[in-house]
Amino acid sequence: MTRPHPDQTDTGDAVTVTDLRRAYGTRTVIDALTLRIARGEFVALLGESGCGKTTLLRALAGLDPIQGGRIDAPGRPAVVFQEHRLLPWDTLWRNVALGLPPQGARERAAAALAEVGLGDRLDDWPRNLSGGQAQRVALARALVQEPELLLLDEPFAALDALTRIRMHGLVKELVARHRPGVLLVTHDVDEAIALADRILVMRSGVIAAEHHTDQAGDAPGLRRLLLAELGVRAGLAA
Amino acid sequence: MSAIEHTSITATPLHQRQRSNDRRGPGGTAVGPRGLIAISWIAPVLLVLVWEALARNGWLSPQILPAPSKVLATAVKLTLAGSLPHDLGVSLLRAAVGFTLGGGVGFALGTLVGFSRLAEAAIDRSVQMIRAIPFLALLPLVIVWFGVGEGQKIFLVSLGVAFPIYINTTLGIRQVDPKLLELGRVQGLSTALLIRRVILPGALPSILTGVRYALATAWLALVVAETIGAQAGLGFLAMDAREFLRTDVIVLTIVIYALIGVGADSLARALERRLLAWHPNYGAAR
Repeated sequence: MTRPHPDQTDTGDAVTVTDLRRAYGTRTVIDALTLRIARGEFVALLGESGCGKTTLLRALAGLDPIQGGRIDAPGRPAVVFQEHRLLPWDTLWRNVALGLPPQGARERAAAALAEVGLGDRLDDWPRNLSGGQAQRVALARALVQEPELLLLDEPFAALDALTRIRMHGLVKELVARHRPGVLLVTHDVDEAIALADRILVMRSGVIAAEHHTDQAGDAPGLRRLLLAELGVRAGLAA
Repeated sequence: MSAIEHTSITATPLHQRQRSNDRRGPGGTAVGPRGLIAISWIAPVLLVLVWEALARNGWLSPQILPAPSKVLATAVKLTLAGSLPHDLGVSLLRAAVGFTLGGGVGFALGTLVGFSRLAEAAIDRSVQMIRAIPFLALLPLVIVWFGVGEGQKIFLVSLGVAFPIYINTTLGIRQVDPKLLELGRVQGLSTALLIRRVILPGALPSILTGVRYALATAWLALVVAETIGAQAGLGFLAMDAREFLRTDVIVLTIVIYALIGVGADSLARALERRLLAWHPNYGAAR
């Protein structure tokens, strides 16, 4: 496995968001939001329900129209949703190959499935998978597109604790290998600390705080700080 | 619509589907699943035997109801003479042509309306209004239009088929999971690919349900259409036999109609099992 050349990875931005405004009717959910994610950078977006974090992700994915500002991203981002969203009528490899040019699609899908440890299940059906396995297929389907920007919308929220820890390891490994810019939307502080290079805390449609995990050094301290920023007192959280 | 009741008669009993399952279900008896199947056949077989006995002893006039053995003998005779295969062929051809035409129109309109709110606004109300007419009530009008030739029969079958296919196609397309549509967009699918890979497969269970209903209505429409002024076909065979009080032939045609109805339903069911192998509610056990 060769890591991409440094000046391929660290020159470009995976996405640049400038003065983004997103509103539902008259209600503004995101206002004047500015954000940069570099290629190979793993950014976690924390926030309570309804703070606008999923709205931001959907805007970046191009799923919703925006009412102001701009989003610059090279190429189409890939998305992993909270639900696996596998097509039940297609075998695993056809699910992974969805959207690939037909030439060599099966080989590419096979390679991607092998990467998530399901290389022997190419012709199996989604209904025979556990929740964790299905989410691994969804991850393979996103990465096979070789995106510059990978958007993860609480992809581990529905998994049990043990599976979630294994998924964290897998995602970290895959991101290190493919080096897309990553935006992980989550409400799990520990997940953000475990995975991200940079953690953003979102509150009422704006980015209220920003932390670099490598500079923080002290994970318990960062955890307490993040919880406080999310409005949870450490005593209650423990 | 009375045709719908036809399908329930042929529905596979639950215990037959779970043949391989040997556990005793709720309300379980000492009889295994094979035993239950055997028991389920006792009453019909007994009925035929009683019927045969009554007919042989002369308690049942042959002009009212001929013995089952007599009906069977007539079937063999007419088959050897070639008239039964010919009439059967004519009827099946009418059903096939009518089903193809009506199904094609129903599917095309259903797809259009399923995809486009504009098409729905333009078409759907009219279709629903026409659908409110019991299609057999149109028979006199259809005879005025087409006479009593092939056109009348095929038109009537098409009419009966088009509506169930139309409704279930529209419904199926509308019921496709919007989350999967969103996923298709995220994966960069073109509209054509989105239709082929996501929408049509998602609508298929509903469309096939429409096909099953349509098969039943097609058959009903054919029986009625053939009873009026046919020169060939099963209905003609029955009406011709009525002239000569040949109740054995009449009963034979009724039995054949029933058998074809069961056959068509099994065909639709096999189609479902094959096309919906991925679906937990339809596919064969993995």
